[in-house]
Amino acid sequence: MTEARSVDVPRPVSDITAAGRFLFVAGVVLLCAWVLVPIYLLLVNTLSSPQEVTGFPKTGLPSFNLGSLQFFAQFAGVGAALWNSVLVAVLTMILSIGIGAPAGYALSRFDFPGKGAFRMLVLMTRAFPLPLLALPIAVMFIRVGLDDTPIGLALVHTTLAIPFAVLITFSIFSGIPLELEEAAWTLGCNRLQAFHKVVLPLVLPGITASAIFAFTISWNEVFAASVLTVQNRTLTAFLLQSLNVSPLHLRFAGGAALVVPALVFIFAVRKYLFAMWGIANR
Amino acid sequence: MKRLVSTIVGTTLALALGGQTVQAQVLFWSNQAVPVEEAQKMREQVLKDFPGGADFQPQDPGPFITRIQAEAEAGKGTIGVVGSLHGDLSSFAANWMDLSDIDLGAVKPSPAFMELGKLGSSEQKYLPWMQATYVMAASKQALPYLPEGADINALTYDQVIAWAGNLAEQTGSPKFGFPAGPKGLKHRFFQGFLLPAFTGSEVTKFRSAEAEQAWGKFKELWQYTNPASTNYDFMQEPLLSGDVWLAFDHIARLAEAFNQKPDEFVAFPAPAGPKGRAFMPVLAGLAIPANTPDPEQAKALVKYMMQPAQQVATLRATNFFPVTDAQLPEDLPAAAQALGPAVTAMTSAPDALPALLPVGLGDKGGQFNQVYVDTFERIVLANQDIRQVLDQQAEALRALMVEAKAPCWIPDAVSDGPCPVE
Amino acid sequence: MNNKSLPYLLLLPATLFLAVFFVYPFAQIAVQAFTAEQGFTLQHFDKMATNWKFWPSFWNTIILAAIVVPLQLVMALAMASIVAKLKTGRNSILYVFTIPLGLSDLAAGIIWLAIFEQSGFLSSMLVGLGVVDRPVLFLGYQNLWVIFIAVILAELWRATAIVMVILVSGMGLIPKEYYEAAEVFGAGPWKRFLKVTLPMLRPSLQTALILRTIAAFEVFAVVVALGGTSLPVLVGQTYDWQFNLRDSGGAAATALVILAISIAATLVFLRLLRTPRGATP
Repeated sequence: MTEARSVDVPRPVSDITAAGRFLFVAGVVLLCAWVLVPIYLLLVNTLSSPQEVTGFPKTGLPSFNLGSLQFFAQFAGVGAALWNSVLVAVLTMILSIGIGAPAGYALSRFDFPGKGAFRMLVLMTRAFPLPLLALPIAVMFIRVGLDDTPIGLALVHTTLAIPFAVLITFSIFSGIPLELEEAAWTLGCNRLQAFHKVVLPLVLPGITASAIFAFTISWNEVFAASVLTVQNRTLTAFLLQSLNVSPLHLRFAGGAALVVPALVFIFAVRKYLFAMWGIANR
Repeated sequence: MKRLVSTIVGTTLALALGGQTVQAQVLFWSNQAVPVEEAQKMREQVLKDFPGGADFQPQDPGPFITRIQAEAEAGKGTIGVVGSLHGDLSSFAANWMDLSDIDLGAVKPSPAFMELGKLGSSEQKYLPWMQATYVMAASKQALPYLPEGADINALTYDQVIAWAGNLAEQTGSPKFGFPAGPKGLKHRFFQGFLLPAFTGSEVTKFRSAEAEQAWGKFKELWQYTNPASTNYDFMQEPLLSGDVWLAFDHIARLAEAFNQKPDEFVAFPAPAGPKGRAFMPVLAGLAIPANTPDPEQAKALVKYMMQPAQQVATLRATNFFPVTDAQLPEDLPAAAQALGPAVTAMTSAPDALPALLPVGLGDKGGQFNQVYVDTFERIVLANQDIRQVLDQQAEALRALMVEAKAPCWIPDAVSDGPCPVE
Repeated sequence: MNNKSLPYLLLLPATLFLAVFFVYPFAQIAVQAFTAEQGFTLQHFDKMATNWKFWPSFWNTIILAAIVVPLQLVMALAMASIVAKLKTGRNSILYVFTIPLGLSDLAAGIIWLAIFEQSGFLSSMLVGLGVVDRPVLFLGYQNLWVIFIAVILAELWRATAIVMVILVSGMGLIPKEYYEAAEVFGAGPWKRFLKVTLPMLRPSLQTALILRTIAAFEVFAVVVALGGTSLPVLVGQTYDWQFNLRDSGGAAATALVILAISIAATLVFLRLLRTPRGATP
């Protein structure tokens, strides 16, 4: 896996004692193991033969049997479904940031009547089970012709992602002192320029974080995708919604098919995510 | 960065708006053959020769129902053919078009199934597609623990309990397994096997003394049941992993065990009670929504699925047996070879007592099942008093039958008006 | 463009969007919860509350959220502080910590079931170490608390990353000078954390808590994977009403209960962690 290549040992800052340093390193190792071991086990089962997956006791070592993965690779239509998934997820990302970030900015910078109501509305979106909403949405989409289009599904996924986009950008904007913006205004920038030159660079990491989250929400969503796409199925709707009733070895291979692309995506955009740290050291 | 973003925005929007394709194939919407391997075989083996092509899309129950409802409500649809179980199809009875004008030619589906397909109306709401039932399966290492004098093809409930007891005591842990998980088909066991075997009835004698005895027996069996059973949806996995040595389940949900390790398992009929060897068939059917885009092509697909070659291919794909008199070939998969004879032994046993699927419940089928599931969970899992639970649940059952105005079905005696709960 | 209309202009796209894609379908469902053939009724709520599984599922949902969310907050704070302290290897560690961000609950259920099932990895390890001599059944219905623990672990694993990311981006905005000033006044690391980091993190903490709590009330896929039917939760009840019992009134009523407890929790957090406008401490 990708992170294996960086074996750099974290070097703690100087004011920690030797015992503290040991505890610190142990904590880091433990937390990394906590995240990685379950994923490792998933990959072990993915790369094992069907007999090993149901067998006992398990060795915890992969036998590099590629049978289960091959089954998915040769599944007709996987390519198209993968493409649809990416398309819908990217659209969701763009829509949710484009719509959510301005709202987050407004919430953090202004006091105005209706602010509380808007926040509640945004949160309610997240607090209601989507499968119930899917029926009226599907009826609406079939009537207006949005049914079975990537943009239609992306609109629904955006509804799921907007609360994150609004609230994450809200908390980021709130963290940037108003004085900073005001200083730019006194130096002759108008509101838009000040935003563009001063605020935007500071919030880019936070926006990236919510974009990543929007992407993974869309990537992993099954229910709306199954109902709202017929010809243009996403990968989850096409292949993975039935994982829970499929034989064990395929369940794991399918799980890996869900997990690995998401990991690759996070890895690809990590640069922006990690830029979060530039700010603190300004 | 900015350029990158605008390029992404531009291309994805262009793609998203131009992504719609013209519908050519018949959309086959199903909640059967959902496991990925079965779906793949449906596409590659069963449907590949259909002229014009069919797009097989198996679904979880939630999306399956939601899409059908949405298309019915919107008055406009894309679904060509719906493939589902009798119970699911009956809950949308008003949604299906009459199929009696499909000319099946030489294909002769079982008349009893054709009758079920009318869903209590005068129209042919669906055509039978495939059938299955439930049997028992055991790992061969469980055979030495069979109680003395027991014939595996003619077991009684008492012998099964004794067998499970021997296994639990002599191997050190309970080895009987039962599909009581969230997607497990436990309710069918109570409706079609346990209760009719003891009471000769599915509904009417729900709270009789015999029913009380039946639940008592099941509770006895439960002591020797692997407690992980409340997680089991399909018994094939615990059988394969050795967590369970003896199990009851739907034949399609046992098949993987026989296909993976044909030499390690045996299949045999469900046990008999005082009133006989009760069993329940499973029937899946094919229906066409009233607002389907291309009725002719959809009917052609239904007809295609009924042909002998497709009936056999369906058996290979799903482990459901033909509903017609299609000739079975010699080289069936291991599961069909092992499970077929067990089914025959059960249905043709001298004490065989068929219990039919609920008819006329409409969209109350789920609530009907819930009555049995609740009864099970309260009596067996929550350890509540059997008499009290049966009395309360019988009220729920009676209200349901009255509300649905459903007359009795086999094995209950013909009723005037809603099926009574005594 | 004056300052009065600007906020509304900024909110307009989001409001319109949510009105069409959330409020409109939601209103239809909400109406269903209160109507029957003869008009307004509370019978759906009555039926829901008298279902013998309603109260267990209600309490299970609340208890799970009450355990999982605080633990996640502590873990995420620890992870974020670790990342803040690191000088080298920060990017690799941060990447590892963010990995679960990409995981669906479906995948998480599959993974943790592979660990906890009777012939799973945990049993294999215990047998291998000689702790027990045959596979252990962890997820039996009699050991409800084991299922609880398994679900809690899986949820901690799956959903802590989002809390951490929100906190990390919030911590990134705390000016270094505050820490330096605190150090000058002799505050140790612990005191600096309590007196500088936590108060300055308030907006991020509030956001993280609200989002996670609401999500925790919607827990479902992981619970079903690990607990089967033995651990009913509210969302599971909603699906039961809608898809098994085919009673959309009951489903709508249960969903409104989830909404109500989410709103209640949100109001509590909004009050407890009130955020001043801008970041003027």
